[in-house]
Amino acid sequence: MSDVAKTIEAVWKIESTRLIAAIARVTRDIGIAEELAQDALVTALELWPREGIPENPGAWLMTAAKRRAIDSLRRGRMLLQKHEEIARELEFQQQQLADALEHSLDQVIDDDILRLIFTACHPILPMEGRIALTLRLIGGLATTEIARAFLVPEKTLGQRISRAKKTLSEAHVPFETPSGDELRRRVESVLLVVYLIFNEGYTATSGDEWMRSTLADDALRLGRMLAQLLPGESEVHALLALMELQASRSAARRGKNGEAVLLPDQDRSLWDYAQIQRGMTALEQAQRLGGGAKPYALQAAIAACHMRARTAEETDWDRVVLLYDALLQINPSPIVALNRAVAVGMVQGPAAGLDALDAAATLAGDSALAGYHLFPSVRGDLLMKMGRLSEAREEIQRAIAMTKNLREQELLANKLKQIEKAALSA
Amino acid sequence: MPQYLVAIQHPENYDPSLEGEAMIRDIGALNEEMDAAGARFFAGGLESASHAKSLRKQPDGTVSITDGPYLEAKEHIGGFWILECADMDEALAWGRKAVVACRVPVEVRAFLRIRPNRKSLSHGDSQ
Repeated sequence: MSDVAKTIEAVWKIESTRLIAAIARVTRDIGIAEELAQDALVTALELWPREGIPENPGAWLMTAAKRRAIDSLRRGRMLLQKHEEIARELEFQQQQLADALEHSLDQVIDDDILRLIFTACHPILPMEGRIALTLRLIGGLATTEIARAFLVPEKTLGQRISRAKKTLSEAHVPFETPSGDELRRRVESVLLVVYLIFNEGYTATSGDEWMRSTLADDALRLGRMLAQLLPGESEVHALLALMELQASRSAARRGKNGEAVLLPDQDRSLWDYAQIQRGMTALEQAQRLGGGAKPYALQAAIAACHMRARTAEETDWDRVVLLYDALLQINPSPIVALNRAVAVGMVQGPAAGLDALDAAATLAGDSALAGYHLFPSVRGDLLMKMGRLSEAREEIQRAIAMTKNLREQELLANKLKQIEKAALSA
Repeated sequence: MPQYLVAIQHPENYDPSLEGEAMIRDIGALNEEMDAAGARFFAGGLESASHAKSLRKQPDGTVSITDGPYLEAKEHIGGFWILECADMDEALAWGRKAVVACRVPVEVRAFLRIRPNRKSLSHGDSQ
């Protein structure tokens, strides 16, 4: 790629969100807004290599998008000139629209970006549509990048995005920031989208994680953006805290040969303490806003317990169990129960942990945990600690068969070796 | 995420009190834009280089402190951003905006990606 092309790509990445948000304020349709912004990008790709990069690339793109928008309005008018009555009415509307565009694009306000986020994460869309649209419109990612990150063909991803845009347009989803109870519900959807993106990057569900870790960065960026735009929403800060605290361990999560290293075995000197501080600050902000007992805040508080401990043994496991208890109250999920069982195992010993785990499994029923490899993995670990080695071996083998992630398979294979070694020396 | 220093190069004898309203507004807008993009890790302005103190170790092991910048130069860093960007190209895209807003050259440098050092962490301390 030429230098100019690289510059255009980078400019697009930092300008596209504002560009699309500002146009959408007038068109009220994020699909059309994105197309107009894309048109401006195409013009830049044609002109900048010849004429040089303008002094203010963002403003240049805005102007180009504005022109395209007014152009396309005029073209639409030509087609309708036959029906004079309607045409006059439309002409008036289009003139108004053109004027509005003229003004709108001069100034982008944060509210535009917020509206864009709420629309992209609208609950009317399937989750995969929300994720793709958010990364495309707010993350500034190209369709190719998103497709690669989610391991789907580019065509599939493109269809996903156009279907989502069509759904929004057909349902006449208003381009607005909701208020009251609706706001709470919609914030939840936005946060879920961001957290799913983060997790997709942080714990890739299948294959090698190479292209995907950047998704965690994209999610973090979205989280910081949201904290700026919605400073009064405690869960926004809490999710940011959770992501910062988890991401701060990134360097320690891989061994020398790229193998996965679990929390208790991590070299804590590799944690990013500046990032931990940022996570702690965000968590305090969430608590100050009175949201300490909400789901993301509780999860962040649990992460904070780990980050404060100098060694795995120093972890305040009692507090971790309490926080999981609180989390289970509001979110009685088998996965939370499983994590709680691990903490119980640390406080009261592996036998108590196993009891808690099996109780959680009974409560959840077989189907909920059926495809979840961490269940046999944790069970195997607890059994190993109790010296029930042949049962432990069976569980770990079960776990290996259940995960598609190569790193996780390696990790479990190592566990298996440990069990064999223990069996030999027993 | 990689971090980049965007350092503002002010000419010698630069007087920040002479910055116009338009420029202050532009820089403010740029800061907001960086925040809204989740890119700004830190930003700060420095007092003029003439107020700097320079420290040098003497042959006898003592440290001497003198008034003024360490290097006599035509430009000195007047302020800087630390940005979190995907790559150098993105940092440069912000740098372009900084040049326009600040009306002076800027220098963009990537931080070394060194392993962070173990630091003590006080409970819930937000400093």
